[in-house]
Amino acid sequence: MDQDNRIGDTLLEVKNISLSFGGVKALTDISFDIKEGEIRAIIGPNGAGKSSMLNVINGFYHPQEGEVWFRGKKREAMKPYQVARQGVARTFQNIALFKGMSTLDNLMTGCITHMKTNIFLQAIWKGPAEREELEFRERVEHIIDFLGIQAIRKTPVGRLPYGMQKRVELGRALAAQPKLLLLDEPMAGMNLEEKEDMSRFILDVNDVFGTTITLIEHDIGVVMDLSDRIVVLDYGCKLADGTPDVVRNDQAVIDAYLGVSHDD
Amino acid sequence: MSPLFLNALEVILNGLMAGIMYSLVALGFVLIFKASGIFNYAQGVMALFAALTLVGFQTGQVPFAHLINAMFGTEIHHWGSGMNTFLAIILTMIVMIIFAWLLEKIVLKHMVNQAPIILFMTTIGLAYFMEGFGDLMWGADIKTMDVGLPSGGSIWLEDFTKGWAAEGTEYYGMYIDVLDVWAAGIAILLVIALTLFSQYTKTGRALRAVADDHQAALTVGISLRTIWIIVWSLAGFVALVAGIMWGSKSGVQFSLSLIALKALPVLILGGFTSIPGAIIGGLIIGVGEKLFEFSIGGMIGGATENWFAYVLALAFLMFRPQGLFGEKIIERV
Repeated sequence: MDQDNRIGDTLLEVKNISLSFGGVKALTDISFDIKEGEIRAIIGPNGAGKSSMLNVINGFYHPQEGEVWFRGKKREAMKPYQVARQGVARTFQNIALFKGMSTLDNLMTGCITHMKTNIFLQAIWKGPAEREELEFRERVEHIIDFLGIQAIRKTPVGRLPYGMQKRVELGRALAAQPKLLLLDEPMAGMNLEEKEDMSRFILDVNDVFGTTITLIEHDIGVVMDLSDRIVVLDYGCKLADGTPDVVRNDQAVIDAYLGVSHDD
Repeated sequence: MSPLFLNALEVILNGLMAGIMYSLVALGFVLIFKASGIFNYAQGVMALFAALTLVGFQTGQVPFAHLINAMFGTEIHHWGSGMNTFLAIILTMIVMIIFAWLLEKIVLKHMVNQAPIILFMTTIGLAYFMEGFGDLMWGADIKTMDVGLPSGGSIWLEDFTKGWAAEGTEYYGMYIDVLDVWAAGIAILLVIALTLFSQYTKTGRALRAVADDHQAALTVGISLRTIWIIVWSLAGFVALVAGIMWGSKSGVQFSLSLIALKALPVLILGGFTSIPGAIIGGLIIGVGEKLFEFSIGGMIGGATENWFAYVLALAFLMFRPQGLFGEKIIERV
């Protein structure tokens, strides 16, 4: 992959983010940026504040201090649905799909921010609402082909196996055609084969759609292979930030994350 | 055919019609419960309020007339003339939407993340508020509603079935109220429309999405507050339809709000989360109570229709607490 062509300007930047819940400091003075077109990983031990960081970007949490800049503009405190409408999609560690709805309906719901007809036009159905429905159905079918989930398109997702649900959740996020895609442990609890599939999808999404991706992942091997740059968090503080090679050789990271070596 | 058999058939038909009327009320409960997990105690009062408003518009009553007269010493009660029924229905619907919007802005907004019991208590308060507000707005006297639906026994059916009984027996044909048939037809249309809407439109999917998982709905860009306004407006719409049907049948007065109590056993039978369940539950209750009264009622002094539905619901609670179509709750251990 040609690094220079693929990666563009800064898409999102967090500046001096501090977040606490009562006396518990979840994040302390965190700053980093995400560049357009890159795959950015956030790693760290359990409780390091990775998911909190994602929740701040996504609008679920509002930090006490610090700023979030998105596409060159400072972002005011926003609700998650407003953030979603700006083009940020995400998946969850513990899967948040609409379990009673089919794969197709889940993906169609993912398109919702782009659908424009109002409730009265929808009630009439014929005309604009129907045209819009067909247009987005086509888009969703593309994503279904892309992820290879044709066989389960009418199945209620609650009945699907775990790995498939993860894939559908990725599909729903893609249906929103996000500018920034946040993946919270996309490979947690997967077997080797499923991990390989998911890694391939992540790389393809980045390559084919040019989507900027930020992911949290525990499998260090996967993270090092996939990402362009990595942020390392520990106890809510930033330990290191850089390319996989830089992070791999950073003494603070080795101490905190991989364990202190006692050889010498 | 023996007259007894024909009578039983007539009872079943009437039971089905009555059942549909119960379903209409139960439907409003299901809509709100599915989308927000709130058991809306005020659904019956909403039906009453909608019916009052509709009659008020139709007959050209001045809203808050008593209040205005008391404050300013005037004597106004009516505008010059009434209003076309269709226009009045549209206006009432607009009032119900405004009500849903205000409810979200003033009350529900502050109730996010509260326990279900708190929300339930809120709807009890809402019920009493709306009851008083409806009285204040339109007066507490009993009103008759006439939206132009035909009523009275079907002469056609009576003539048609007269000859069915065996020779020599006394049989005068079946009696079915035409209004009930209309109500059934409208209820069926309403259910089909609601089902199609929730299956095949963006807003319908958003409603189902919110019912399924709030957090996930937020991340795909659905505003919960907008959805709640839509849900309560829909519930208001169903309340209006129920109010028209029940109001035409038995007049618009306080007791109209008590039909909500008849919806409870329907919900227990059908399950709180299922629209088809509300329909089937209503039919079972309707037919069940009429048949029970017809077959056994006479032996035990009659008036069984007052309690049969609740006893049936109690039996259901013992053997199938999630209802016929409700989601079974399996706790993982």
